[in-house]
Amino acid sequence: MGTWRLYAAVAVSGFRRYATYRVATAAGVFTNTVFGLILAYTYIALWDERPGLGGYDQSQAVTYVWLGQGLLAAVAVLGGGFEEEMVERIRTGDIAIDLYRPVDLQMWWLAAEAGRAGFQLVGRGVVPMAFGGLVFHLALPADVGTWLAFLVAVVLGVLVSFAIRYIVALLAFWFMDGTGVQQLAVLAGIFFSGMTLPLNVFPGALGELARALPWSALIQAPADILLGERTGLGLLRTYVFQAAWAVGLLAVGRLVQSAATRRVVVQGG
Amino acid sequence: MADVEERRDAYRGFEPVGGSRLVDGLRVYRLIAWMWIRSTMAYRASFAMTVFGNFAGTALDFATILLMFSRVDELGGYTLGEVAFLYGLSSTAFGLAELMLGSTDRLGQRVRDGTLDTLLVRPAPVLAQVAADRFALRRLGRITQGLLVLGYAFVVLDISWTPLKALLMPVMVVSGAAIFAAVFVAGAAFQFVAQDASQVQNSFTFGGTTLLQYPPTVFAKDLVRGVTFVLPLAFVNWVPALYVLDLPYPLDLPEWVAFLPPLVAAVCCALSGFAWRAGLRSYRSTGS
Repeated sequence: MGTWRLYAAVAVSGFRRYATYRVATAAGVFTNTVFGLILAYTYIALWDERPGLGGYDQSQAVTYVWLGQGLLAAVAVLGGGFEEEMVERIRTGDIAIDLYRPVDLQMWWLAAEAGRAGFQLVGRGVVPMAFGGLVFHLALPADVGTWLAFLVAVVLGVLVSFAIRYIVALLAFWFMDGTGVQQLAVLAGIFFSGMTLPLNVFPGALGELARALPWSALIQAPADILLGERTGLGLLRTYVFQAAWAVGLLAVGRLVQSAATRRVVVQGG
Repeated sequence: MADVEERRDAYRGFEPVGGSRLVDGLRVYRLIAWMWIRSTMAYRASFAMTVFGNFAGTALDFATILLMFSRVDELGGYTLGEVAFLYGLSSTAFGLAELMLGSTDRLGQRVRDGTLDTLLVRPAPVLAQVAADRFALRRLGRITQGLLVLGYAFVVLDISWTPLKALLMPVMVVSGAAIFAAVFVAGAAFQFVAQDASQVQNSFTFGGTTLLQYPPTVFAKDLVRGVTFVLPLAFVNWVPALYVLDLPYPLDLPEWVAFLPPLVAAVCCALSGFAWRAGLRSYRSTGS
C-alpha cells in the first residue's frame, strides 16, 4: 500500500515539475499551433484531391492534425521526457543511487513520466485543439463515452511510449554515448506514430507494417477512437493491440534492466 | 558586483583596433566554429553518424511528401516535381542559415543559467560568439538533402531556362539563407525578453521552412499575405521560384517582385540587427 502512495507522490511531483515551466509550455503550445495550421492546410489540399483518403473525410483528416499536435507532447513522440535525465544518471553513475533505493526503478520512472504526460496532455493539448476548432470545422464526438474511450487509449499510448524509451535509455549502459540510438528511435517514432501523415494513408505493405508497429499506439490508435472509427469489437481490438505492446515492451525493459544492472560497478570512496 | 554594461566597457580597450565590427565578428566566428569542428572531428565515427542522422531526419519531411504523392497526382495544383523544386530551395536556404546561426536558439538557456555573462566580458562581438557556439557541422546533412531534392526537381521538371532565370537561382538561395538568418537573429533577440521560449523561435524557423516546402496555393490567402508582406518568408522561394517555373503567384503581384529577394534580405537583416542590439541592451544579468 505504501509503495503505491509513493508512486502517486512521484507522479504528482512529475506533474508539478512541468507545471512550473509556464513560459516554455506557452511556447510549446504556440509551436503546436503553428505546425497544426501548416499541416491542416496540406491535409485539406490532399483530401481535396482524394476525398475519403484512408477512410477519413476532410474534417476527420483536419481533426486528426489537431489531435496529433495535442497529443505530441503527452506521448513524447519527439522524446524529451525522462530518458535524457536517466541517460545522464547512467553516464554519471548516479543510477547506482537509484538502484539502491527500496523502489522499483522502472515503476519509479514510469510514475514520474505519468505525471509529466498528464500535465502535457492538459497544458499542451487543450489550446491547440481549441484553436483548431475555431479556425476549422472539426469532427469531434458529442458523447462522453467516446471521449472516455479515447482517454483510455491515450493512457495506453503513454505506456507504450514509455516502454520504448525505457529500453532505449537503458542502452546507455552499453553505449557510452547513446545519442545515435536515441536519435534513431525518435525518427522511427515521428514516422511510424502517424504524426506526419495518418498511417491509414500509407500505401500497401508499408501501411500494414506501420500499423502493426508499437508506435501506432501513440497517435493513430487514440485518434481513430476519437474519430469514431473504432467502436464495439474494433475498439476492443485496438485496446488489446496497445496493451499487448505495452506489456511486451515493459517486460523486455525489465529483462534489459536486469542485464544492465549486472554491469553496474559501484566505485567506493 | 559591477554592472554588466560597466564590465563590457572595461574590456572595450582590448578590442582589436582598426578592423570594423563586422570583420572582427567574422574572425571571431571563424575561430570559434573551427574550434568546434576540430572537437567534433576527434570522434569521426560519431560525427559521421550524426551527419547521417541529420540527413535522415530531414529526409523524413520529403518522405512524407512522397507518401502523399503516392496517393495523389497533384497537391494544390502542383506536381511532385514542382513541390520538390520548392522543397529543395527552402531546405537548402534554411540549411545554410541553420548551419551558420542554428545555435542561437540556446540563447534563452544562457540567459537563464548566467553563462551569457561569460560571453559579454570577452572582447569579441556577442552575436558572433552566440552563433558560433557549438557550431554543428552535422547540419550539412540538411543542406545535402535539400540539394539532392533540388537536383531531382531539375531532372524531372522541364524548365524553360533563360539567363535571367539561371542567374536568379543562386541569388535566391543566398538571399533565402539571409532571410532565414534574420529570423534566427530576431528569434534570439526575442529570447532576451522571453528566456524560456526557444520553441517560439523554432516555430518561425523550422515552421517557416516547412510552410515553404508546400505550394502557396495550399494555404489560405490571409496566411499567404502574411508571409509575403509582414514576415516576408515568401521571398525565400515562393515568389522567385514561381517566376522560374512560369507559374502565377496566388496574390496578384507584378512579375518584377521575383527579383526582390536580395533587397528583402537586406532589410530583414538590418531590422533583426536592430532587434538584437535592443535585446542585448535590455539584458540584465541574473547576477549569480
